[in-house]
Amino acid sequence: MERIPILKFGDILLVTIQVDFHDRIALALQEDLTEKIVNLSAKGVLIDISALEMVDSFMGRVLGNIAKTSRLLDCYAVLVGMQPAIAITITELGVTLTGIHTALTAEAGIDLLNDMIKSKSNGKVHAKRQVAKWR
Amino acid sequence: MTSETVVALSKLISEFKAEILSEWIDHQLKDPARSQSVPEASIRTNSAEFIKLFEVAAAKGNLVDISKPEWEEVQHMLSELSATRAVQGSTPTDTAKFIFSLKQPLFNRLNTAHGQTTSEAAKSVWELSLLLDKLGLHTTEAFQRTRESVIRRQQKEMMEMSTPVIKIWEGVLAVPLIGTLDSARTQIVMEALLQKIVDTGSKIAILDITGVPTVDTQTAQHLMKTVAATRLMGAECIISGIRPQIAQTIVHLGIDINDIVTKATMADAIKEALYRGGWVFERQLDSASISR
Amino acid sequence: MAIKSQEERAISAEEDIILVRNSVKRVTALLNFSLVNQTKIISAASELARNTLEHGKGGRAIIQLVNDPDRVGIRLTFEDHGPGIADINRALEDGFTTTRGMGLGLGGARRLMDEFVIESKENDGTTVSVTKWIEKS
Repeated sequence: MERIPILKFGDILLVTIQVDFHDRIALALQEDLTEKIVNLSAKGVLIDISALEMVDSFMGRVLGNIAKTSRLLDCYAVLVGMQPAIAITITELGVTLTGIHTALTAEAGIDLLNDMIKSKSNGKVHAKRQVAKWR
Repeated sequence: MTSETVVALSKLISEFKAEILSEWIDHQLKDPARSQSVPEASIRTNSAEFIKLFEVAAAKGNLVDISKPEWEEVQHMLSELSATRAVQGSTPTDTAKFIFSLKQPLFNRLNTAHGQTTSEAAKSVWELSLLLDKLGLHTTEAFQRTRESVIRRQQKEMMEMSTPVIKIWEGVLAVPLIGTLDSARTQIVMEALLQKIVDTGSKIAILDITGVPTVDTQTAQHLMKTVAATRLMGAECIISGIRPQIAQTIVHLGIDINDIVTKATMADAIKEALYRGGWVFERQLDSASISR
Repeated sequence: MAIKSQEERAISAEEDIILVRNSVKRVTALLNFSLVNQTKIISAASELARNTLEHGKGGRAIIQLVNDPDRVGIRLTFEDHGPGIADINRALEDGFTTTRGMGLGLGGARRLMDEFVIESKENDGTTVSVTKWIEKS
C-alpha cells in the first residue's frame, strides 16, 4: 500500500504530505509516525501540508490525533505551511486542531521545534502555544 | 387568443411597422415628462431595434407567454436596455414607459385596420395590451436587478476599501477594523490578513477594533474565527482597541476570550508585538534630531 | 433556475470520495470561484461524500452547474438509501457523530455553502443538497 514517507533529521521527524491522500493513507501515517517516534526516540515531528489543497474534518481529526499521540510520547508536533484558504475553511467547518502547534514555513517550524525541545531539556517552563479553542 | 387574431396582429405589425415606429418615436420624444438622461438618438435606435425583434417574435404565433424561447431575444434586448438606462440614471418608470408608449401607436393602427369588426378589434387591443404590460413589467424587473447588482458591487467595494492590512514592522501586521463586523466582512478581512501573513512572513497580527461600534456575540465569534484561522497559519493575534463599554459587553455576554491576547490600545499592542519579536527600544533624550 | 450541466458519481468506496472532490474541483474552477470558495466547496463535498459512504452505506453524488438570471452556481446533491436520520436537528449539531469523523459533516457543510436542504426518513435514506452561488459581474 502507498505510504507517506517519514524522514529523520536528528531528533526531528519530517513528513511532507504531497498528495491528496486517502483516508487509509492518513490512518497509516498516524500509525507509522507513532511507531517511529518510539523507535527512534524522536523529540519533534514536523508535518508540512503546504501542497495540500484541502483538509476536511476527517483529516483534521487525523492531524489532531497525531498531535495528541505525539504529546503522550513526549514529542512535539508542528504543522507547517497551511494555505490561507484551508485555514479559513477548516475554521468555518469547526475543526479546532486543539493542541497542535503551527508555523508558517518549514524553517519556522524547525526553529519552533528546536526551541521547544531545548527549553524542555533546560528544565525551563516554556510558553505553550495552542491553536484555537473558539466556539 | 384565436390564431386568426394572432395572424392578423402579426400581419398588421409587419405591414405598418414603419408608421408604427415613427409614431412611437414621436410619442416618446413629445412626452413632457421625458427623462433627459436618455438621448434622442438612443430612443430612435432602441425603438427601431425593439420593433424589429418584436415583429419576428410576434410572427411565431405566440402572443401570450413571453417566457417561451421565441421571446428570448426581445427579453434580452429589454434587459440590456433597462441595465443601460439604470446606469444612466433613468427611473424604472421611464424605462417601463418605453414599452407602454407603444400601446397608442399600435392601437391606432388596429382601429384603422381594415376587415375587422369592432369586437375583434377590441379583443386584439386587449390581448396586445396584456402582452405589452408583461414586457413593461419585464423591464421593471430587469431594472431592479441591475440596481441591486450595482448596490451589491458597491457594498463589496466599500468592504474591501475599509479593510487594509498594514505591515507596521518586520513580522508585525496591523488591521484597523472600522464599521460593523458581519460574516461577509469577516471573510474579506480573514482572506486579506492570511494572505498578507504568507506574503510578509509575519508572526503577529494586531486586530484593532477601535472603529467597531458594538460587539455582540456574533461579532465576537467572527473575531474568534479570525484569531483561530491566524493561529492555524502559525501566527498570533493581538486584539486591541477594546473600549470600556465593549469590555463590559464581552464580560456580560459571557464570551470566553481567555485564550486571546487583548490590549486596551493599539500602542500597547504594538509594544507587546515588538517585545515578543525581541525588539528593545530606548529613547535618547539628548538627541535633538527631532524637534518638539 | 436552470441546470446547465450535470455529472453523476457513484459513492461506494473510499476512493470515490477523492473522485467526487476532483469533479467538484473542476466545476468550481470552471465557474471562477475564488480560491477560498473553491476550497470551501471541495471541503463541503468531501464531508458530504464521506457521510454518504459511512452513514448512508454508499449512494451517489450529483454535481450540477446551475444558472439564474444574475448568478451562476454549483449544486451538489448526495443521495443514499441507508438508515436515514432520525433526528435531523441533532445531526446538524457540531460534535454529533455516528462514525469516525469529527461530527462536523452536516453542520460544517451547511456553514461552508450558501444553501442547504436535507431530507431524510428513517430506514429510507437521506438526500442532502447544497448550493453555492457566484454573482455575474
